Amino acid sequence: MLNYSRETILNTVLTLLLLGIPFAALAIDEPFYVTLATRVTIFALAGVGLNFALGLGGLISFGHAAFFGLGGYAVGILASHALNYEPLMSSPFEIEGTTQMVILWGVAMIVSGLAALIIGLFSLRTSGVYFIMITLAFAQMIYYFAISWPAYGGEDGLPIYVRNGFPGVNTLVPINFFMISFGVLMLAILLVAVLRNSRFGAALQAARQNEDRLSAVGIKPFYIRLAAFVISAMITGLAGALFADLNRFVSPSMLSWHTSGEIMVFVILGGVGRLFGPVAGAALFILFEFIFGGLTEHWMFFLGLVLLAVVLFARGGLIGTIAGKVRYD
Amino acid sequence: MTDYSGGGDAPVLEIRNLYKSFGALKATDDVSLTLMPGEIHALIGPNGAGKSTLIRQICGEFEPDHGSVHFLGNDLKNSGVADRAQLGLGRTFQISSLALEFSALRNVMLAVQSTSGSSFKFFKPVMKDQPLVDAAMSFLGKVEMQSRANVPAAELSHGERRKLEMAIALALKPKAFVLDEPMAGMGPEGSKALTGFLSDLRHQAPILLVEHDMDAVFALADRISVLVYGQIIASGTVDEIRGNSVVRTAYLGEDA
Repeated sequence: MLNYSRETILNTVLTLLLLGIPFAALAIDEPFYVTLATRVTIFALAGVGLNFALGLGGLISFGHAAFFGLGGYAVGILASHALNYEPLMSSPFEIEGTTQMVILWGVAMIVSGLAALIIGLFSLRTSGVYFIMITLAFAQMIYYFAISWPAYGGEDGLPIYVRNGFPGVNTLVPINFFMISFGVLMLAILLVAVLRNSRFGAALQAARQNEDRLSAVGIKPFYIRLAAFVISAMITGLAGALFADLNRFVSPSMLSWHTSGEIMVFVILGGVGRLFGPVAGAALFILFEFIFGGLTEHWMFFLGLVLLAVVLFARGGLIGTIAGKVRYD
Repeated sequence: MTDYSGGGDAPVLEIRNLYKSFGALKATDDVSLTLMPGEIHALIGPNGAGKSTLIRQICGEFEPDHGSVHFLGNDLKNSGVADRAQLGLGRTFQISSLALEFSALRNVMLAVQSTSGSSFKFFKPVMKDQPLVDAAMSFLGKVEMQSRANVPAAELSHGERRKLEMAIALALKPKAFVLDEPMAGMGPEGSKALTGFLSDLRHQAPILLVEHDMDAVFALADRISVLVYGQIIASGTVDEIRGNSVVRTAYLGEDA
């Protein structure tokens, strides 16, 4: 029980830090840090999505950039149609673009979820290194498709001229957009916490620990994993939607394997399978980029060393190192 | 309707002319056997005789090259491992196979949740699902493991893991048990206790018992089939098998 409470304290500290830093930044008139904290929040959300599949389900997806990017493009494409007053399609019925974040999020999640359903149907029949490679291959296919499709910017990406709207909030004010992202992140973590303790969560975690055992009690691991993969993709897709609005720009790089790798780094740095692991991981990543990126353009090299150290000596990431191993009640 | 509840004469589990080869090795060579209601049918044979391969075909892990497995009148040809468990085939593993990070209780709860409603329930916490917890606890009680309910499976002793396997199989409320060497590594005391336990269990559902412990087999079995080099060389009651000269030379040794 000591471990449990220690993790709870750590989670609380992380949450308060993440929430406090942008307000402190505003107080000392350094608005840049608000944007930095928003980046941490959105990256953490992408990590929360991957962590659900990877940490709880043991699904080492190296293709989550696909969902991050699809979420981003869903926002970019719909917003560009709305801003140009061009309907997305006119026959057989007319679909207009929109600049309402809530609708855009829904579309982003549906698109990512459907993509995950298709990718999962194929990739989840494999495991281990084959699963890693197939998820990577699907993501790269979407990446090259985005590059070669000129209608929405191709290689140059697609700008979103005005940040999309949220009822009753001026989203162009950085702290407002941070608060929206922060709220979404907290809801996603809450959702994962609830799912983790449910029947579905029990089956998913059993599938990771021993899939033969799960089959032998009559539960098919494939469908449990497929559902988890879709939920995971929807969360990461939502992060992509927010990222598009943060930058007011979507580009194919959101879909590239670098992005998949980065999302995985958030999860590993923070602690695989820990609720707040991706928050810790994304914060460490951005801090690292900010501190060492200012000193040398080869900061990724040093990040690599840190990652190596985590994998070799601190398997549980930041949360695991401080709070110890996961104990189930 | 055929009566499978016991006392009837339709086999619960019926294996017809099963063949399985790995390259030149015939692991299962024209095996047929039945499991009747209320009986313990022991499957014995030397190491490498193909017992585990046969069990894996019955449980759906391996697909036979030829032949069929029928359970409660259904041909299991297109049923996977999970389907067969859902139909009521309760199996224990030769080497304990558990969700090691989960507690003993949660391991059993997994089986209970599989037989009572869907695993696609996303919101209610399992530990607050009192009927689920209580049912799992009662199955742990049947193997005298209640006091170890909250211990992670990884921290249980070998004997405790065997008991936990049994509790999970019980929780599936199976129509037939397939027990793969349940006595393995249990020690004389444990084997004796388990023998008594299995003797009562047959009234709940018939048991196909793969076992090396001959004392247990002779004490428990209603019928014995002897598997050697993938073939059943003899099948009969305890006395028939004891008296069978082919079996004695092939397997039991002169002093049996």
